[in-house]
Amino acid sequence: MNEYKRISPSKRFLINIVLVIIFIVVGTLLTGGDSLSRASRALILQIGIYVILAVSLNIATGYLGQLPLGHAGFMAVGAYSAALFWKATLNMPTPVSIVLGLIIAGLIAAVFGIIIGIPALRLKGDYLAIITLGFGEIIRIAIINLSGITGGTPGLLNVPKYSSFLVVFLCVAATIAAIHFIMHSRHGRAILSIRENEIAADSCGVNLTYYKVLAFAMSAFFAGIAGALYAGFQGSLFPKSFDFMASINILVMVVLGGMGSMLGSVIAATVLTALPLVLQALAAYRMVIYSILLIIVMIFKPSGLLGRYDFSLPGLIEKWMNRKNKPGKEVANE
Amino acid sequence: MADTILKVEGINVYYGNIHAIKDVSFEVKEGEIVTLIGANGAGKSTVLKTISGMLRSKTGSIEFMGSSLMRMAPNNIVKNGIAHVPEGRRVFAHLTVEENLEMGAYTQPRSGIRDDMEQVFSRFERLRERRRQIAGTLSGGEQQMLAMGRGLMSRPKLMMLDEPSMGLAPILVDQIFEIIKELNDNGTTILLVEQNAQMALSIADRGYVLETGYITMSGTGEELASSDDIRKAYLGA
Repeated sequence: MNEYKRISPSKRFLINIVLVIIFIVVGTLLTGGDSLSRASRALILQIGIYVILAVSLNIATGYLGQLPLGHAGFMAVGAYSAALFWKATLNMPTPVSIVLGLIIAGLIAAVFGIIIGIPALRLKGDYLAIITLGFGEIIRIAIINLSGITGGTPGLLNVPKYSSFLVVFLCVAATIAAIHFIMHSRHGRAILSIRENEIAADSCGVNLTYYKVLAFAMSAFFAGIAGALYAGFQGSLFPKSFDFMASINILVMVVLGGMGSMLGSVIAATVLTALPLVLQALAAYRMVIYSILLIIVMIFKPSGLLGRYDFSLPGLIEKWMNRKNKPGKEVANE
Repeated sequence: MADTILKVEGINVYYGNIHAIKDVSFEVKEGEIVTLIGANGAGKSTVLKTISGMLRSKTGSIEFMGSSLMRMAPNNIVKNGIAHVPEGRRVFAHLTVEENLEMGAYTQPRSGIRDDMEQVFSRFERLRERRRQIAGTLSGGEQQMLAMGRGLMSRPKLMMLDEPSMGLAPILVDQIFEIIKELNDNGTTILLVEQNAQMALSIADRGYVLETGYITMSGTGEELASSDDIRKAYLGA
């Protein structure tokens, strides 16, 4: 009798699209006027960029189960690619230039992801961490030394400031949606199975190398897009913004939020980006707060704040529609 | 006379400098149950991993139904019809029973999955009851059934089972071996690696004894079970 009511996939999709549109319209109106200070507007954009960085690293860390330490390297590749492209195409219609720049940034970063991924993913755990750490540093040093193209240490200046609220948060929504759909497809299941048990995945006929490199390239692709947005947000790029600590910051967000939880990454990215600005007076203690937060979370909730939980509004509505039913076995299936 | 579906000839496998498998040759004919028995560290699991492509042999040849497996990628070996049920019940602990089985059908077209799963459930009724349960919360015997069910989902012609009795209560061991026999009766060829030599030999058509990387003896199940050397070394008599 009491059948579990479900929302059809197309309706679920519609609900989410409406949510995104409301969010972007409200956000554009808020940030467009004078109702917010310049600092809070900048903070909101920064949060958007870090959300993309965190959810993209979450692919490699949370879903694939590896520990790359060079995420800022991919971000740098994307940032410089987009900045150079935008500077060269100032006479192109702006929207076209923005979109092309973002795509190019993502693709070049993904190519770097594949180049570093093929050798690095033969290794595991700490070895992979060291290789990717080295890669991040190589990128940074290369940017410093290729000063003819990248501006070197003095920086690449006068990058067009294309990163409006609309651009940044459309990218955030697109990134989250893309990752969600990929991870719920057959390919996503293959990536998860590698994290769960490599030997079992191998014996099921999952092509390990292919999916590891694919996950790594996806992770790099979205990091490249975040880098491009960062370039369009700052208006100038300096190699020191992409050092080892930048990679660690992103990793901290993923670990704190819960490896494998997209919502966790989003929340942690938001909190950790906003925290230093909110606690301006305590800025000197930022790293101390970071460390203490991490230690506390790791002691009391080693799987991160949200573990592997992921949020779905249609899912919540479904639960509400079925509130009179006893939570039966069908619920456990979700 | 049945056709030989798996022919392994002169393989040598190394872990770094350690020479684990030394000139091993054997064959499996269609419809047989063949068992590899031997003590810990004799190289039984290594042989299976080499056949399924997780490890590589430096020499010799491995032929399965006419095609060489020596350079074939593990995922293609599964597609070709070999299912490897690895040692130690490696189920996907955070996925449900159904999701585990779906993973097993990874190389198969989507359309047949429902029917295949139904077949697995009709063989392992316990799994049907627990289809939505997280695999890590199953008992040891249930996990072994799940691992075998997952192997079946790829519609294998040859199923390689690595120590299916490991760590199970005697009554469950009997059940598992019963199921292996049933699978074989339904047409799946079985290559069985076991430390429990007595059980393995009791259902096997033929067996090979592996000692420190060499095959030291071979024969029918009965021959080996009645051989004095085997009785002393493995059957405790």
